[in-house]
Amino acid sequence: MTLAPSTNSVDPLLQDIVGPTPGQQLRRRFFGHRGLMIGASVVAVLLVIALLAPVIAPHDPYAQDLLARMKPPVFLGGTWEHILGTDHLGRDYLSRLIYGARVSLLIGFVAALISGTIGTAMGVAAGYFGGRTDAVVTFLINVRLAMPVVLVALAVVAILGGSLQVVIGVLGLLLWDRFAVVMRASTLQVRGREYVSAAQAVGASTPRILLSEIMPNILNNLIVVITLEMAHAILLEATLSFLGLGVQPPTPSWGLMVSEGKNMMLFEPWLVLIPGAVLFVLVLAINLMGDGLRDVTAPENRS
Amino acid sequence: MSQNNFRQDIPLLSIDNLTIDIPTAAGTLHAVRGISFDLKRGETLCIVGESGSGKSLTSLALMGLLGKNITPRADKMEFDGVELTTASARTMRNLRGARMSMIFQEPMTSLNPAYTIGDQLMEALTLHGSTNRKKARARAIELLEKVGITAAESRLSQYPHQLSGGLRQRVMIAMALMCEPELIIADEPTTALDVTIQAQILRLLAELQREMNMAMILITHDLGVVARVADKVAVMYAGELVETGPVDEIFAAPSHPYTRGLLRCIPLPGKTKRGSVLGTIPGIVPSLVGEVNGCTFRTRCEHASPACRGTIPLHTSPTGTHTFRCIHQPEDLETDAVQSTGANA
Amino acid sequence: MSQSDTPVLELRNVTKTYSVKQGLLGKSKPLTAISDVSIKLARGEVLGLVGESGCGKSTLANILLGLEAPTSGEVLVDGQTLGGQDRLALARRIQPIFQDPYSSLNPRKNIYDIIALPLRVHGIGDEASRQKSVREILDIVGLPARVMNNYPSQMSGGQRQRVAIARALIMKPEIVICDEPTSALDVSVQSQILNLLNELRQEFGLTYLFISHNLAVIEHLATRVAVMYLGRIVEEASVGGLFDAARHPYTDALLKSVLTPEPELGIPDTHLGMSYPNPIAPPEGCHFHPRCPAASDLCKSKRPEPLFDPNGRIECHLHSP
Repeated sequence: MTLAPSTNSVDPLLQDIVGPTPGQQLRRRFFGHRGLMIGASVVAVLLVIALLAPVIAPHDPYAQDLLARMKPPVFLGGTWEHILGTDHLGRDYLSRLIYGARVSLLIGFVAALISGTIGTAMGVAAGYFGGRTDAVVTFLINVRLAMPVVLVALAVVAILGGSLQVVIGVLGLLLWDRFAVVMRASTLQVRGREYVSAAQAVGASTPRILLSEIMPNILNNLIVVITLEMAHAILLEATLSFLGLGVQPPTPSWGLMVSEGKNMMLFEPWLVLIPGAVLFVLVLAINLMGDGLRDVTAPENRS
Repeated sequence: MSQNNFRQDIPLLSIDNLTIDIPTAAGTLHAVRGISFDLKRGETLCIVGESGSGKSLTSLALMGLLGKNITPRADKMEFDGVELTTASARTMRNLRGARMSMIFQEPMTSLNPAYTIGDQLMEALTLHGSTNRKKARARAIELLEKVGITAAESRLSQYPHQLSGGLRQRVMIAMALMCEPELIIADEPTTALDVTIQAQILRLLAELQREMNMAMILITHDLGVVARVADKVAVMYAGELVETGPVDEIFAAPSHPYTRGLLRCIPLPGKTKRGSVLGTIPGIVPSLVGEVNGCTFRTRCEHASPACRGTIPLHTSPTGTHTFRCIHQPEDLETDAVQSTGANA
Repeated sequence: MSQSDTPVLELRNVTKTYSVKQGLLGKSKPLTAISDVSIKLARGEVLGLVGESGCGKSTLANILLGLEAPTSGEVLVDGQTLGGQDRLALARRIQPIFQDPYSSLNPRKNIYDIIALPLRVHGIGDEASRQKSVREILDIVGLPARVMNNYPSQMSGGQRQRVAIARALIMKPEIVICDEPTSALDVSVQSQILNLLNELRQEFGLTYLFISHNLAVIEHLATRVAVMYLGRIVEEASVGGLFDAARHPYTDALLKSVLTPEPELGIPDTHLGMSYPNPIAPPEGCHFHPRCPAASDLCKSKRPEPLFDPNGRIECHLHSP
């Protein structure tokens, strides 16, 4: 390259490596996305609260005090002893809320993990191998989509009895459909890229191609679906618990708290509104995070 | 169109100092800088340049199709007396499709897969409210036949995916011609097609253009296409017109080092020795983000010197039609060009 | 090294048929992508393969790379049939360079990982020796060693194509399948890549199958040329023979359609009135007859037999045996 034997400084137009690495680019977009930052911070705060529940909670969430039943929260004229008041058995509402975050987040994470594993395996296999595998997976997806989730979950929980493990298991085995659909479509798209053909022509084994060529390029979609399905699982758990077929009392669960408060709703609406609002905030935050992640990772770095 | 013939000598399109800045996260991208050209009815201007040269942005600016956050600036951007930079959205809508239309590179992305060919062709005409469906249908059939599609009537009820790439591109051309536009802008219209189809489509465009006395701007990176189709050529590099002129002058006496370099890069059947080393232009197109000064080709130019960072004069040929932008006189560059061609042969 | 008279690559009557379903409930119909293709490639040769899209060029490339199996016929490398060799052994001898360097490099991997992949898959050397090999090959393709830690998105089209070439050459294959290696690149970069490919061939004694629709590029690089139409090789000749005296009317039309930068010549008329036929329902007789300006009644009913002579091979009634 013959450049002018120019003055002291390097010519600003002359640079042959352009732009930041994909990692740097992602980080920049990540921190520049407001919705994503808000959602992620809310989820992070709730996660810390859930993890540190024994330290933070002012009372034992199971301790009943029948003399101090249905104390109103501070902002409705209550005392600082029970900041968010107490429920119909005199248990501290704030402490139950804090322990309830554990249940919600645990169910969200584990259910998304189980369904994510099932759905991704099916979707990637269908997308990569095509043909008969694809036909079978597509059929299974259709069968699954024909089943009403809430009804099936209700039936199974009714038979097996409600408990944390059963709820997680049922949701994990039911919510894989979106993973399968999205992963199948993304795999189909990536499979046609020439770098996959190049790896095949080098003689790379199928597991190697799936793990090192396909997976890294569909991971962004997977993460988005994980967040959305987590929110979905948390809502379903609340629904099941509200119907009395989810997590069983006295375990503190937000859905259960709404359910227990519903009889007193006309007189003490905060019993329903507080857990409802927290549930709303968590699900909204997770969805904000999912949407943000999609925005941040979607425009693939084709300058 | 005959009523317009008396204005033949007045430019239909007149661009002076068109500039497009795009705000990006890293700073302002000076994508197009100070472009000027005139185009008369019946003339074909080829804008030739590589990716990132701003040639497609220029055409989108003319059509008023740039994104919302990008505003083109120009001292003058007149289409038949209408100033486009200040025209209302409504004026632009009425111009687009009716008096100026565009053909894109990839017909599949610009044809709507959910509608039949006939619907889309007729919509172009009925949208501007000038005619009824029956007349529009007759016109669609006429144009499909004109662009060389057999069994035109039965094609009207077909969907884009039922046609081959060459046929789709013909449909695109027919659609662009429905309203008898006065200006047609074709952005790489044949790049996605086979060479055999390319020649046919270009012939067709040239014929129709002559017949309808349209002005045409053809955007391409292919010097072969430019040489065969253009009346006037504008060579674009990194957002600037580095050389403009009539096609025979450009190819007979290319003056800017970039134009010369490009011509040395392509093997010429019968002229370049088979298997010999082809000429190259080392380096890559510079980033146009931030301050851009001097000649942007200096990082790849064999004649570069510190003076290239300063103001670059515009040379005009004695005929007044051929211009190029370089600190060197045409004579200085002449000797080098002869030497390097000699080295290649 | 094998004897000089054994072709390094040979195709014997290779045919590939797909079954294509038409519509949701339609019957499957056979689509013959390539039909009865025979090619011999001597060491150091460059065979240019030309034809319109859909003529079977890419299917042929996939068969040679072992990505698809032929329906019938044989592929021989150094006189050994391809079926008898395992995939890894084949990969060491034949490597591809693809058209689009934006799609052929995994955007999530850095340049070192991309180029070193073949070495890892084949378990060649340890990490240190791989580092060294990658440095060497980068130097050979004209990239500085510091790009090893960069990602494809940070590089220009020409640089990416150099990376793709480095990946293809790192295991020192004998045959490289170049599938339109420059058509996605800018004009000013194309010539650099063509020069590089030519240099590498001479330096390493490589044999190329060079697929391109750009006949000027084929003429410049190839030593022999094969013209494909609807899955059949209709003409094959030395580059001089083909470009100076084309025999098949289709070759003639292809040559006419090349647009050289000569303004005085205008836009050529190829006389190929009709568009490319549907490969599911190929025309009777000679497949080319509906577009052929010299077609006779014989062409409509009977398929021409190939004629082999010192100039090469031709399939046309105008040149019947």
